Amino acid sequence: MQDLLYGVMMYGISLLTIGGIYAILSLGLNLHWGMTGLFNAGIAGFFAIGAYTSTLLTTAESPNHFGGLNLPIPVGLTASMLVAGIVAFGVGKICLRLRSDYLAIATIGVAEILRLILKNEIWLTSGSRGIPSIPRPFEHLPQPWSELGFLAVVLVLVLVLYLALERAFHSPWGRIMRAIRENETAAASTGKDVERFRMEAFVLGATLMGLGGALTAHAFKFVSPDASEPLLATFLVWVMLIIGGSGNNRGAILGAVIVWAVWSSTELLSRFLPIDWLNRVGYVRIFLVGLILQFILQRRPEGLLPERYSDE
Amino acid sequence: MFEFINFYFIPGVVLGCIYALGAVGISLLFGILRFAHFAHGDLMTFGAYVALVVVTTFGIPAMGAIPVAMLVAALLAVGIDRFFYKPFRESRTIILVISSFGISLMLRSAVQFFFGVDVKVYQRGIQRPLVFFDTLRIAERHLWIVGGAIVIIVLVHLFLTRTRLGKAMRAMSDDADLALVSGIHTERVIMATWGIGAALAAVAGVFLGIDTQLHSNMGWDQLLPLFAAAILGGIGRPYGAIAGALVIGMAEELSAYPWIGNEPLLSPGYKTGVAFAIMIGMLIWRPSGLFRGRVF
Repeated sequence: MQDLLYGVMMYGISLLTIGGIYAILSLGLNLHWGMTGLFNAGIAGFFAIGAYTSTLLTTAESPNHFGGLNLPIPVGLTASMLVAGIVAFGVGKICLRLRSDYLAIATIGVAEILRLILKNEIWLTSGSRGIPSIPRPFEHLPQPWSELGFLAVVLVLVLVLYLALERAFHSPWGRIMRAIRENETAAASTGKDVERFRMEAFVLGATLMGLGGALTAHAFKFVSPDASEPLLATFLVWVMLIIGGSGNNRGAILGAVIVWAVWSSTELLSRFLPIDWLNRVGYVRIFLVGLILQFILQRRPEGLLPERYSDE
Repeated sequence: MFEFINFYFIPGVVLGCIYALGAVGISLLFGILRFAHFAHGDLMTFGAYVALVVVTTFGIPAMGAIPVAMLVAALLAVGIDRFFYKPFRESRTIILVISSFGISLMLRSAVQFFFGVDVKVYQRGIQRPLVFFDTLRIAERHLWIVGGAIVIIVLVHLFLTRTRLGKAMRAMSDDADLALVSGIHTERVIMATWGIGAALAAVAGVFLGIDTQLHSNMGWDQLLPLFAAAILGGIGRPYGAIAGALVIGMAEELSAYPWIGNEPLLSPGYKTGVAFAIMIGMLIWRPSGLFRGRVF
């Protein structure tokens, strides 16, 4: 009985940890899409940039890949945000002046090119074998405490980001963002530099995605080019934000936790099935998530927690 | 010289033809429905696997299965439009992009459910290339692909220039509002666009399967070159998309030629990167494309 309880607790902790990381990604996407109306279809790209940046800086030296500087984890996290932001700046410079479809195509492009680099540049990333033994904060502590410690790190980051984004959201800056989203011409006619504001939102959102990637790498202690797989990083985050309610930071977090809980618990359930059904059930699961997305888009486009305007 | 033609030029033309069939659909859909259809690559995959079913059931060559693949893919696309895209006709088009993003995953997971993720082929065994003038080698399948693509593109050309529906389609792509006030049935045109776009995508998928092999990600992996071709040719310009596709296909294959020294100029692993680089260059310097398409 006690073993079972302990197991359930550990499962809950890991669920909340990964759910929290997804919440950070979802908050980043909310900054892009919910607030500013920028369509980023390459979350996986920024996610992978963050994951690999932090990995290469914080792992021990290894002949299999570049870097291995053994730097402290906070340095890795900060650097991952910086690098993701710089890449976003480059992409934004080219695409933000065009309509959002082009940004969508270009961000997919960045993610796909990145996957090629991660697979082909073996000297840098050790290729498809991936990089193991990535350090995790508090991992020297005994069992429940090391997991709890990491969970605390994630939750504190989510809380800090949430508070900061809420402030930004209700500040004049946030109002300009929404004005641009709703009517770009009108916003420009009041003298706002539309492209600059978009760029700020795009770069900031990308830094959060980089952070999410870095945290994931530390959480699993392993990273491989699959990190840039569009399904888990890009698609799930979109579903999370749309279901939770785009434009609402609380919705972004709620959506992330709910979708992750459903996603990972159905994985747990499918383990009871015969082995040759296991893979197939995975595809049914993806199909159903796609169907739910279509349903929400058509029936409840504002999501569970709609955007609030009451304070304006 | 013949090495260049045999191993770089001809594969480039073949790849360009495959891209052309996909890019025409993307360009037409972008022009008429005003959105980037992200599920187009997965329609290719779907078509390729429909043909696989026909090939394995009836034991006919893949070329013979193309009409069935075209028909099924066209019906599927019209059905998808009816249930998933039509409700958003009056919404912002970016919602359609999200929706098509979801559809692309649904299509792929359906293919994976029925066929798994293992690589499949239409026909086993090594095909000997045909040899002309002792040195020019062309694989038989390449002749079929290029010939098939030319026939289909001529048919599309006749459709667009000679039939009422085809003319209406071009009119709508040029100016949707003007087309509406001049009495064009927009819904009928949209349906036809889906049918043709998906049928062409299915052919592209089958050709890709004949040229290489079938895989559940085969279509998604072509999405970037397809968009690059459509943008290069100018959005809403089907002929531009064909030209753009040939340029992209050639550029991808020729980038691996040892232009300087004996090493490939660019590692073949980065072929897709070439398409992306061309697309980014176009977006910076000439977003309207080579043939003055529309910029949104």
